[in-house]
Amino acid sequence: MAAPFQEVQSVRQGARSLDIELRAITKRFGDLVANSNVNLSIRGGEILGLLGENGAGKSTLMNVLSGFYRPNEGQILIDGKQVQFSGPGDAIRAGIGMVHQHFMLVPVFTVAENVVLGVEPTGPVDYLDMKKAREQVRTINDEYGLEVDPDALIEDLPVGIQQRVEILKVLFRSAEVLVFDEPTAVLTPQEVTEFYKIVRMLRDAGKALVFITHKLHEIHEVADRISVLRGGKIVGEGFPGKTSDKELAEMMVGRPVTFNVAKGDFKPGATLLEVKNMTVLRDDDSVAVDDVSFSVRSGEIVGIAGVQGNGQTQLEEALSGLRRVTSGTVKFDGADITNSSARALHRMGFAHVPEDRQHSGMVSDFSIAENMALNTYYAEPFSHGIVMDWKTVRETSARNAAAFDVRTSSIYKPAGELSGGNQQKMIIAREMSRNTRFLLASQPTRGLDVGSIEYIHKRIVAARDEGDGVIIISSELDEILALSDRILVMFKGRIVAEFADGVRQPSKNEIGLAMAGAVA
Amino acid sequence: MAATQVSKVSKPAISPTRLRQTRLIGVILLILSVFVAVFFAWPVSGDASFRLAYPGDAFPLPNLIVPAAPYAWVVAALLAFFGVRQFLPGATRWTGLLFGLGLLLLVTAFLTWATAGKSFSLTGMLQATIIRSVPIALGGLAGVLCERVAVVNIAIEGMLLAGAFTGAVIGSLFGGTVGVLAAMLVGGAFGLLLAALVVTYRVDQIIAGVAINLLVLGLTSYMSSQVLTHHRELNNAPIFKAIDIPILSDLPLIGPIFFQHNIFVYGALIMVAIATYYLFHTRSGLRARAVGEHPEAADTLGIDVYRLRYINVTLGGMVAGFGGAWFTLGSVGRFDENMTNGRGFIGLAAMIFGRWHPVGALLAALVFGFADSLQQKLAILQTPIPAEFLAMAPYIATIVLVAGLIGRARPPAADGKPYIKGH
Repeated sequence: MAAPFQEVQSVRQGARSLDIELRAITKRFGDLVANSNVNLSIRGGEILGLLGENGAGKSTLMNVLSGFYRPNEGQILIDGKQVQFSGPGDAIRAGIGMVHQHFMLVPVFTVAENVVLGVEPTGPVDYLDMKKAREQVRTINDEYGLEVDPDALIEDLPVGIQQRVEILKVLFRSAEVLVFDEPTAVLTPQEVTEFYKIVRMLRDAGKALVFITHKLHEIHEVADRISVLRGGKIVGEGFPGKTSDKELAEMMVGRPVTFNVAKGDFKPGATLLEVKNMTVLRDDDSVAVDDVSFSVRSGEIVGIAGVQGNGQTQLEEALSGLRRVTSGTVKFDGADITNSSARALHRMGFAHVPEDRQHSGMVSDFSIAENMALNTYYAEPFSHGIVMDWKTVRETSARNAAAFDVRTSSIYKPAGELSGGNQQKMIIAREMSRNTRFLLASQPTRGLDVGSIEYIHKRIVAARDEGDGVIIISSELDEILALSDRILVMFKGRIVAEFADGVRQPSKNEIGLAMAGAVA
Repeated sequence: MAATQVSKVSKPAISPTRLRQTRLIGVILLILSVFVAVFFAWPVSGDASFRLAYPGDAFPLPNLIVPAAPYAWVVAALLAFFGVRQFLPGATRWTGLLFGLGLLLLVTAFLTWATAGKSFSLTGMLQATIIRSVPIALGGLAGVLCERVAVVNIAIEGMLLAGAFTGAVIGSLFGGTVGVLAAMLVGGAFGLLLAALVVTYRVDQIIAGVAINLLVLGLTSYMSSQVLTHHRELNNAPIFKAIDIPILSDLPLIGPIFFQHNIFVYGALIMVAIATYYLFHTRSGLRARAVGEHPEAADTLGIDVYRLRYINVTLGGMVAGFGGAWFTLGSVGRFDENMTNGRGFIGLAAMIFGRWHPVGALLAALVFGFADSLQQKLAILQTPIPAEFLAMAPYIATIVLVAGLIGRARPPAADGKPYIKGH
């Protein structure tokens, strides 16, 4: 089977092309079966796309391959020989390198320190030979044309470059198999393009690559072969160009999926929210939101695009009463609401779906019922005076859980035990099961499966069609494009570009450039 | 439609918090200026005579004579100038430096006032500064070793106390050298215990530390009142004698301050040097720091996070044990109940003030040691300040330095967090 790839020139001297075979892998966590009887082959000179929803078992499978987990059953074969990994160190030595979704880099170390960590060149008395380390890093760097400064501190580097450092790390360990877990989640569109180039270059150098994702268009763009994982099992194979999006999505979700969000006609009403010259600081007093002005009309979805960390989080917090507005004003329906408390905003009909649902959207150890009452527990009908009315809380929660498709065996279960999609639906149920006038949703579908995304998008559009003003903050361009009537792009705390729908649909590239700070 | 450009250029703003802080320090400096003028300059007369040499020195220096009142006036004027400077443009850049300098001047003015019309051995006080910094520096160093692998070690106080007790008893039985080694072993054993509690059993690090402190305090107090009082021979350890470094110890002023000490001072310096080399110039040090900053990353690279935490915390315990032996074998030769008296906690403050660097912790310890020796020597001068207030000096210095001067130092990112391997 490796025959077609034999003519591929190996860039590195002595590089071997590995063929890896996963046979009948089963991995259980207690009662939960994360992988069940999975067969997968990975070949040198090929990019394997591993497609699946969150919780389908993709990451578990790759963690088995990279030695983090030990499978309960099944074998791993390298070039036909069975191997056993007792830790990530063994997998690294066997030539398998993993680039994690959350980068495994020490922010206060330099590039060179991060790359050599664990395989450092040393002199006598355990002396750390950083000079040699820098040279070695530079050699690999030049060999693959990755263009990373070995002396730069990680925390000063943009995410795209940090990812290259991760790649450098596995190459430095002579990895022949590179596994990328959701590698594009944190990149700008331009960085994604650069990243694809690097991936193809590595394939042409004879490396075997595994590309884990739940995004269909990425698979088509970069993979040579596709395996689809659902519920811990391989449910199908496909080839980009030959297998359609619809087929792949059906394999992935297990039922037919619609891609387009049905939106009613755009009928904006009066200006609802007006932000003028707002400045907001981070915890360390650096400026996060810099003199920003914009407005949102009723019946309008304003999408705020931008690479993470450009002030969107602080903007969200300031608009939801969680962070002080240092200067400027916020008006809602003509009334000044600058620095109003979260509760006051709530009473005015604000619904807030926070960026980090685990951290600020819910209390993991509280039951679903309790979480559903978190925003109005203090008022009728959930409490009378200082006494909670648990019966009403339970009844309302049960009703809302059904209405908002929160799938759970019981509303008494801790919210932390729900899947991400159901957690998010629970939060949306809590926030939107009242009479709302405004919805502020940050990263509303981050990390969710296709089914939940579909549902949540429908809810957001419904709020807009009912005349709510809506702000969507998202680093997913597709989401911004699908939902927004108007798009604002944030870069370094400022709004650097505005695209209004109906005039002309901006291209992804245009927005991407603005996200990177280059305004056309 | 093309992208509407709504960006505009604005100048980088100085944060209001920073500005408020600067103004506050300005006000404090002005208040101090008035304080110096009213209490140190106005009522005082005569000269302060600082002795710089010991009788019998090879090259005796003359005494330093400072006219007390004029000097205090100069300090008051400087403090006023520093204070006003905080309200002028561009003040934030110099705030830290001027505040530090201001405090230093304040201390000298205070000394001159206290010494006016008398004579005071400056050399003696500075020598005592070095000696009294030893346990604090070693406590701080132990803290650095532990926190660099993200284990918060509140138990340093207990480790010092255990070292002091062991040093006294074993030193009495088998001599000083064996005593020191035993103290290090016992310190290391408590380090190992802490590591087991927080790394393997994931007990909350603060609670585990406090538990060890209480355990050691209880054990040593009991042993000391029940056993040592009846067997005096067990609490009569030899004290290490000062070793003069040839030639260097004969230098005027510098000789007695730096080069006429016992093994604890030299040992502390050597340990700080070794720790610096270890943490920043060796492979093991790089790995240890990686474990403290991003344990998951270290784990993915095949580095054993738990093992490194065990090793470093145990090493920290040994350093603290050595520091504890100073109290008995390097200082008074006998053990008293709770004789460490919070030095371990001040050591932790030195670690933070020294920004988690061994040398930083050493320098910070010198500041605390200075406050400590100042209160001790001032008692001799018979100032009108009550002795209890003077005894507070090291602790006040801790609060002022940690709260006011250090700003926001950055601890290792994973500090205090247990690491749970994914399985």
